Amino acid sequence: MINKKVLNAEEAVKDIISGSTIMLGGFGLCGIPENCIDALVHKKVNNLTCISNNAGVDDFGIGLLLQQKQVKKMISSYVGENSEFERQLLEGELEVDLIPQGTLAERCRAAGAGIPAFYTPTGVGTEVELGKEIRIFNNKKYLMETAFNADFAIVKAWKGDTAGNLIYKGTARNFNPMMASAGKITIAEVEELVEIGELDPNFIHTPGIYVQRIFQGKNYQKRIEQKTISK
Amino acid sequence: MPLDKYQIAKRISKELKDGYYVNLGIGIPTLVANYIPENINIVLQSENGLLGMGPFPKDDSVDADLINAGKQTITTLKGSALFSSAESFEMIRGGHIDMTVLGAMEVAENGDIANWKIPGKMVKGMGGAMDLVASSENIIVAMMHTNKKGMSKLLKQCTLPITGRNCVKKIVTNLAVIEITENGFHLKEKAFDVSINEIIEATEGRLTIPEEVPNITL
Repeated sequence: MINKKVLNAEEAVKDIISGSTIMLGGFGLCGIPENCIDALVHKKVNNLTCISNNAGVDDFGIGLLLQQKQVKKMISSYVGENSEFERQLLEGELEVDLIPQGTLAERCRAAGAGIPAFYTPTGVGTEVELGKEIRIFNNKKYLMETAFNADFAIVKAWKGDTAGNLIYKGTARNFNPMMASAGKITIAEVEELVEIGELDPNFIHTPGIYVQRIFQGKNYQKRIEQKTISK
Repeated sequence: MPLDKYQIAKRISKELKDGYYVNLGIGIPTLVANYIPENINIVLQSENGLLGMGPFPKDDSVDADLINAGKQTITTLKGSALFSSAESFEMIRGGHIDMTVLGAMEVAENGDIANWKIPGKMVKGMGGAMDLVASSENIIVAMMHTNKKGMSKLLKQCTLPITGRNCVKKIVTNLAVIEITENGFHLKEKAFDVSINEIIEATEGRLTIPEEVPNITL
């Protein structure tokens, strides 16, 4: 088996340069690549275009990159809960593309699947359709949406092996599998990295072919945005 | 008395049918989960990747890797399934969800809905709302009949940016249950002690009123 293991986050992101387009997995703060985000903050790369469902919160997740003004453009479906983000947007320091969540997911999937564009009913009759080709299939209107093009995809999984096979846990899967398949270079950080043969092939979510680098992360905070309990 | 948000949720729960897969939006729609009739089986979808969403966890079993689309901690149930965001929206766009309940800022008499953006104020994004309204055959809106300024939210035409066109089938407000028909809003039920005139005054769009308008029962 091909060994994809690298030492740590710093090594994994070593060739990410300013101006890169990066996909980052996660929904809210659930399933985000915490270690690589930290490494990018310390590396001080800037002018980044980030494709991620959300933009973190002020002091965590992609919010950390926003704080250091490292992000030029965010491509997301929902960006609430982040006042620094709001400030940069209103002051014109940050470009933002808001994209329907299903379209965001499919544009990632299409990128990994070799499909340059697809038609979706989402956004027809709204400002999302502006500038896009509209076609009618079976008497219903659809918009053409195109696949993303990302230099790097950074994903977070629960378990992985040195061949790059990944298993996610709970709803921390979210955008990670499609982004893993879509990056020209895909970096996976995992909570537990094991030797090949230790993961059951029947239960792999992301096959290792999509992953170029993998490492075991450390000090995961796994912050919860809305802790809600029942009595 | 007009309904409160819990009563709106309870009224919507009566729309649930045995075997339905249901997506509940953030806000009042989430409360519908508290009123699922005990004699039917419903599966709740959370668009971040879960079918079979269970109740909020006990304090000692909170799991950061298990949240709903509102980022609240949740649980799975026996028979739950987890999946990616792409697969989640395949279910939604593919028409596999039987009922969608969501909130709205405005609904128009032709079924247009606006609920994602107020120009000039902060824009947070549409999340999954545009995908849900573009594909679901059975969309119910849960909202107050008027906004905080007392202006109608049931309009001839939406004034805010549209989330989806011609898609809302039914609206449950604090005053009434209203269906969308070819002739605009159609009054089906009214809150107990609320007069038809109050509903007419609170509805800007075209409203048809049958001879008999029963009270909402909960």
